[in-house]
Amino acid sequence: MIVFVISRLLQAIPVLLAVGVVAFSMFTYVGDPVGAMLGQDYTEAQRDALVHKLGLDQPAWEQFLHYIWAALHGNFGYSYRVAEPVAHLFAVRLPATLELSFTASVLAVVVGIPLGVYAGIWRRSLLSRVFMVGSLIGVSLPTFLIGILLILVFSVELGWLPSFGRGHVVALGWWTTGFLTWSGLRSIILPAITLGLFQLTLIMRLVRAEMLEVLRTDYIKFARARGLRARSIHFGHALRNTLVPVITIIGLQLGGLIAYSVVTETVFQWPGMGLLFIQSVAAADIPVMAAYLLLVGVVFVVINLIVDLLYYAVDPRLRIGRGGRGR
Amino acid sequence: MSAPLLEVRGLTVEFPTRRGILRALDGVSFAIAPGEVLGVVGESGAGKSLTGAAIIGLLAPPGRIAGGSILLDGARIDHLPAEAMRRIRGRRIGAIFQDPLTTLNPLYTIGRQLIETIQTHLGLSGADARARAVHWLEEVGIPAAARRIDAYPHEFSGGQRQRVVIALALCAEPRLVIADEPTTALDVSIQAQIIALLKRLAREHTTAVMLITHDMGVIAETADRVAVMYAGRIAEIGPVADVVRAPAHPYTAGLMASIPALEHRVARLAQIEGAMPRLDAIPPGCAFNPRCPRAHDRCRAERPELMGAGATEAACWLHAPAHAESSPAHA
Ligand SMILES: Nc1ncnc2c1ncn2[C@@H]1O[C@H](COP(=O)(O)OP(=O)(O)O)[C@@H](O)[C@H]1O
Ligand code: SF4
Ligand SMILES: [Mg+2]
Repeated sequence: MIVFVISRLLQAIPVLLAVGVVAFSMFTYVGDPVGAMLGQDYTEAQRDALVHKLGLDQPAWEQFLHYIWAALHGNFGYSYRVAEPVAHLFAVRLPATLELSFTASVLAVVVGIPLGVYAGIWRRSLLSRVFMVGSLIGVSLPTFLIGILLILVFSVELGWLPSFGRGHVVALGWWTTGFLTWSGLRSIILPAITLGLFQLTLIMRLVRAEMLEVLRTDYIKFARARGLRARSIHFGHALRNTLVPVITIIGLQLGGLIAYSVVTETVFQWPGMGLLFIQSVAAADIPVMAAYLLLVGVVFVVINLIVDLLYYAVDPRLRIGRGGRGR
Repeated sequence: MSAPLLEVRGLTVEFPTRRGILRALDGVSFAIAPGEVLGVVGESGAGKSLTGAAIIGLLAPPGRIAGGSILLDGARIDHLPAEAMRRIRGRRIGAIFQDPLTTLNPLYTIGRQLIETIQTHLGLSGADARARAVHWLEEVGIPAAARRIDAYPHEFSGGQRQRVVIALALCAEPRLVIADEPTTALDVSIQAQIIALLKRLAREHTTAVMLITHDMGVIAETADRVAVMYAGRIAEIGPVADVVRAPAHPYTAGLMASIPALEHRVARLAQIEGAMPRLDAIPPGCAFNPRCPRAHDRCRAERPELMGAGATEAACWLHAPAHAESSPAHA
């Protein structure tokens, strides 16, 4: 088990290094930070001094090692745009994005799986058809449109829920949370629905398809032939057998949620990483963009590890021998 | 014969399709006495599995029982409410399927699957159910059962898995087991062991068995009586010795002629000229008439029902009283 986790972590190193190379090369090939920082009037000497200070006169591989080394210590340099440490910007923004992604993914899983199970078991029922048609809408409407529609209905027309921001937040050390205040909870509802709807419909359709598949298998027929209760057959035997592919997709999708909450955060002016990223792209703020890329890489690696551990927990066949390879 | 344990009368199963209704079973009637082994043979597609599925109430939709009745211990069990039928499955009628590699849930230990089945039907405590599960694994010949009970299906060989399947089918002590080709998917060397095991357990627990198989040799060794199915109907039924020695139906006679010698048991049935008709193209009269060497005019016009034919019953005009006078039956 521990060997498995360690080997997985070792496998992640080359991946993260590759992401690091891409992130680093943005400094070299995108924009002109020196020009941007110096402004209009400067002397050659000033320019050389700055170049030296930023380490841009060293060979590329040396700069790369410096960059990775510093990143490992939580130092991603200074934002060109707001002249603050990137790490500091992230610390302020990350809780907002993580809380939003977490809420959206809980929503997607907690609603998507039961709907999928229902639609798989009673696939001819009217309600199942309603779910399927509804899910098509969820999949095909663009996120920003969903967000705007929700705002229109629940904020503008009905006035029930706030349309932007996080509401009041409470600081727990450096982490700020909106989960502990009424306005914080109200504020997260619409963005979480907007962000999670696509995943919800995807999970539902996937669970339904997998359930249909599994319900046809011999071991389900045999479970019925032994007179087991329908509840146990559907949830104990069938659902569990759908989990390996479902976990895979959920894992990939959640990574996406965290990484690409850009649109939702923009629509709802949610003060998270996505909004920061958009602002940084507009300003060619390379250190922030590069660090964001690294962060996304780490998020995906962590999620992959969790997915593998879940496989391991769900499917005993993967535990034999070296164990842990996804199917 | 004592009062039958299972009685099937005129069972008809249909599948509504876009091009009309397919009648896959047409008036199937037979009975099984307590503790009796009834062999069921016939070419693939004859309706053997459907008969078993109809009895345990697990016809796959859109298939449905369109006529006839099924009685267990004298009480009708066709068209029971789903929950009542569920309580019968496993508890009063067990089932064994063909492929042990796919009949066990891969994600649960065999112990969990046994214990769940036992607790569902017998309401034992966890410890008692586990003891019973171990006992049944020993019964079916799993070595070191107390330890192996916590193993997963993939840790067993195919033959051992079929033993586990048998334990699962029998662990709530049903009085009837429907075994649908229980050895077809197994290695030839293991088939005889599994059949012997099934035969021994059925005898020791006075469990009746409906043994569906392609293998006439297995039937000859194991069954008390045999039903021969053809195109959704029973062609002949009777004591196994009589059917083997003096088959009354020309189709049965053809099957017997194709019994391979014991050492070549793998060879399949159906070395009779031609093929069984598709369900939507069953000829009028006797369904076997296009392939029958003894077909005559009546066979093409009128459909024969089961009728007494010496020690057995056969659905064949050769045994009609009128016919018997003019030309004695000798198949
Ligand atoms: N879902 C279905 N739809 C239409 N026909 C079916 C269906 N299932 C089975 N049948 C027909 O029922 C007949 C009997 O099948 P089965 O009982 O499986 O035969 P076997 O004797 O080989 O076990 C076959 O001819 C098959 O075509
Ligand atoms: S009824 Fe006629 S066709 Fe059918 S089996 Fe008997 S002899 Fe052959
Ligand atoms: Mg079959």
